[in-house]
Amino acid sequence: MSKLAEIFQKHQDDIVADWSKGMSSANRRKDLISDADLKAQSTELFAAIAKASKTGSLSDIEGSDWREVREILSSISASRAKQGFTPTETASFVLSLKQPVNSRLRKEMAKDPEGLIDETTTANGLIDKMALHTSEAFLTTREQLIARQQEDMLELSTPVVKLWDGILALPVIGTLDSARTQVVMESLLKTIVETNSKIAIIDITGVPTVDTLVAQHLLKTITAARLMGAECIISGIRPQIAQTIVHLGINLNDIITKSKMADAFALALQRTGKIVVSMNKAAAPKKTEHGKDN
Amino acid sequence: MAPQKTETLPIKTASDIVAARQAVRLWAAEMKFSLVDQTKIVTATSELARNTVQHGGGGHMVMSIVESGIHQGLHLVFEDKGPGIADVEAAMRDGFTTAGGMGLGLSGSKRLMSQFTIETKVGEGTRVAVTRWK
Repeated sequence: MSKLAEIFQKHQDDIVADWSKGMSSANRRKDLISDADLKAQSTELFAAIAKASKTGSLSDIEGSDWREVREILSSISASRAKQGFTPTETASFVLSLKQPVNSRLRKEMAKDPEGLIDETTTANGLIDKMALHTSEAFLTTREQLIARQQEDMLELSTPVVKLWDGILALPVIGTLDSARTQVVMESLLKTIVETNSKIAIIDITGVPTVDTLVAQHLLKTITAARLMGAECIISGIRPQIAQTIVHLGINLNDIITKSKMADAFALALQRTGKIVVSMNKAAAPKKTEHGKDN
Repeated sequence: MAPQKTETLPIKTASDIVAARQAVRLWAAEMKFSLVDQTKIVTATSELARNTVQHGGGGHMVMSIVESGIHQGLHLVFEDKGPGIADVEAAMRDGFTTAGGMGLGLSGSKRLMSQFTIETKVGEGTRVAVTRWK
């Protein structure tokens, strides 16, 4: 067992006490974590470090002896991230262990200056690695969260709804980037087969920008649907989008487009040989008028 | 024609394109462009930013508010250090594409904006500057 590991064992309590004392004066976020919690965290972490240093290598914390330390560091990092600490603050927590360890080493090895330098270097390297581990754990947690949210969004944002027998609607909302278009296209084509639909209405009211890429994605989806025997109607083309499409020079001549979803639905009903009639003949003219405004 | 307000945004990934669109939309709305003009400017931004990412290998966009006489305009510059464009004339033609797109990005953006200049040198990069006057 190295001298450093021995000192870790022998002076465990002293080092933790010094550590806590040092932390309560500097880089402490009293608003986010209580002294008792901090003390408990440092005691648990240092006990694990002392245990791991007994058997494990002091230059590498990736080994199995250090598994417990790594797990504690990761959980501290995750819990602090939730509490609102920055990665720097979390890393500083680990880095602040340097000072008590170094002063302890200096006291214990005063008679062996060369050995002291060696052990100090080892200790600092070890603590740096642990601090880096917290930053990495912090990032990993964040990345997992972002990836999950992205998946959630992909699923959420592409509902294909059945309006009537043989008529589907796909309200597209948000940015149509290539990853999403793929999902939109697949779910639409799948639902066309499943429901045996003849007409699909793609509503782009919720798409803020229709540029050439979006238009191309739409055209491809429409062509694919056509190959399967279904006709697509694009609805929700706002005046500003219409003008922009004209200026861009996108050719949508072969596509049936409507400004309103209601118009597209009326056309779809007509195409499938259905008609909507009012039950009350007297009120009929007024109702139709009203219906047009919607 | 000193710019009143300037901001530079990185254009490196697909999400930067979204951020650029949002920033331009915000500025255009603040400058009280009509909804049609806002949409045109944002769409041109989308096209040019995508070119910067896809062909230029990433770069940046400088947006600024400029004034000429009583007119106010939104000036956007897209710059990259990519391979450049060998045949600008062909690239500006409707339907010309090297990336499997519709080939309307550059020519369409030119029609959407009031002013359009493109400077490119093979091996050095491309700089597209556009302005929309109110």
